[in-house]
Amino acid sequence: MSTNEWPLWEVFIRSKQGLNHKHVGSLRAPDATLALENARDVYTRRSEGISIWVVESVQIHATDIDEAASFFEPSDTKIYRHPTFYEVPDGVKHM
Amino acid sequence: MTQAEKEIRFQEKIDREIKIEPNDWMPDEYRQTLVRQISQHAHSEIVGMLPEGNWITRAPNLRRKAVLLAKVQDEAGHGLYLYSAVETLGTSREQTIDDLHSGKAKYSSIFNYPALTWADIGTIGWLVDGAAIMNQVALCRTSYGPYARAMVKICKEESFHQRQGYESLMKLCSGTPQQKAMAQDAMNRFWWPALMMFGPSDADSTHSDQSIKWKIKRFTNDELRQSFVDATVAQAEILGLTIPDPNLKWNEARGHYDFSEINWEEFWQVVKGNGPCNKERLAARVKAKEEGAWVREAATAFAKKRAMKKSA
Ligand SMILES: [Fe+2]
Ligand SMILES: [Fe+2]
Repeated sequence: MSTNEWPLWEVFIRSKQGLNHKHVGSLRAPDATLALENARDVYTRRSEGISIWVVESVQIHATDIDEAASFFEPSDTKIYRHPTFYEVPDGVKHM
Repeated sequence: MTQAEKEIRFQEKIDREIKIEPNDWMPDEYRQTLVRQISQHAHSEIVGMLPEGNWITRAPNLRRKAVLLAKVQDEAGHGLYLYSAVETLGTSREQTIDDLHSGKAKYSSIFNYPALTWADIGTIGWLVDGAAIMNQVALCRTSYGPYARAMVKICKEESFHQRQGYESLMKLCSGTPQQKAMAQDAMNRFWWPALMMFGPSDADSTHSDQSIKWKIKRFTNDELRQSFVDATVAQAEILGLTIPDPNLKWNEARGHYDFSEINWEEFWQVVKGNGPCNKERLAARVKAKEEGAWVREAATAFAKKRAMKKSA
């Protein structure tokens, strides 16, 4: 890899007011200002966004795919967190 | 887990239509096949800008010029989505691009044909983007997540490419006899190269079986080529253009059009680098990288300066 390769940035776009920013892809740029401008040209050519976040990829910390089963185990076993776990008589309304 | 067990688990995931994501375990050959296919696809988007870019300044009016500019800009975006997807597989972008420039990596052979007249630009939009769409729609369901997501975005943008080409040809075909003749001439030159875009016939396709099993490809080259022919015949009729194939005819029993054998000798010659424009295309890409180096260096220097000011 050449030493002057620009850092990789992850791009997140809010498509309209009221929605979350959503990951749409990545790009390379020398700094955040140019990353934002490039993200505009690459990912919002058809009014796909009203707000863009760029985050340097190296700044993202992720769960380990190999540990996923044990990492997420606590929630998988607690089915009583879901409303369907509870039985109520047929006549009960608005619940 | 042993290698064999990992491979079985991997294939089970594929069979259950679970997408593979960058950090998931995958067989080396799956990774290599993806790097080869996605980078080849990315290079095709980028090299594909050359024949059309050449016509931006010569578009017959402002509307056509704006449209062509927007299309070529889209192709640059497509190249970028795909280069990003290749990068998730652990190869550096610089390396991927250098592999194109050294001739190690390939791109679609169609872009080694010249765009000689204005009718070629309409024909490229209609037939070349049309063939690409046929291929890309199928790839929206490919098994590798980042590739599939890039394809979905690309397909959304592609359909205007084909329609603008068809519209432009529609204009020529309802114009003067000379304009119509120009459209027919473009059709004559682009029809066979467009069919070659689907790659070698299934019998000669080295990677086909494994790619289908891994669901990298969802249809074979010949299946996609047939779908393209079936979809295009009626479109040509509406334009009033003749498809340059005396053997093209509807086969009731197969429910498909029959067509002549492709000139595979020509196909392999172009793939091997002996097409009309291979050298010119590569030279243009190398020149762009070399002559654009100062821009990248300046941007890097400017970013450093700005960062220093911030921390001071
Ligand atoms: Fe494209
Ligand atoms: Fe296109």
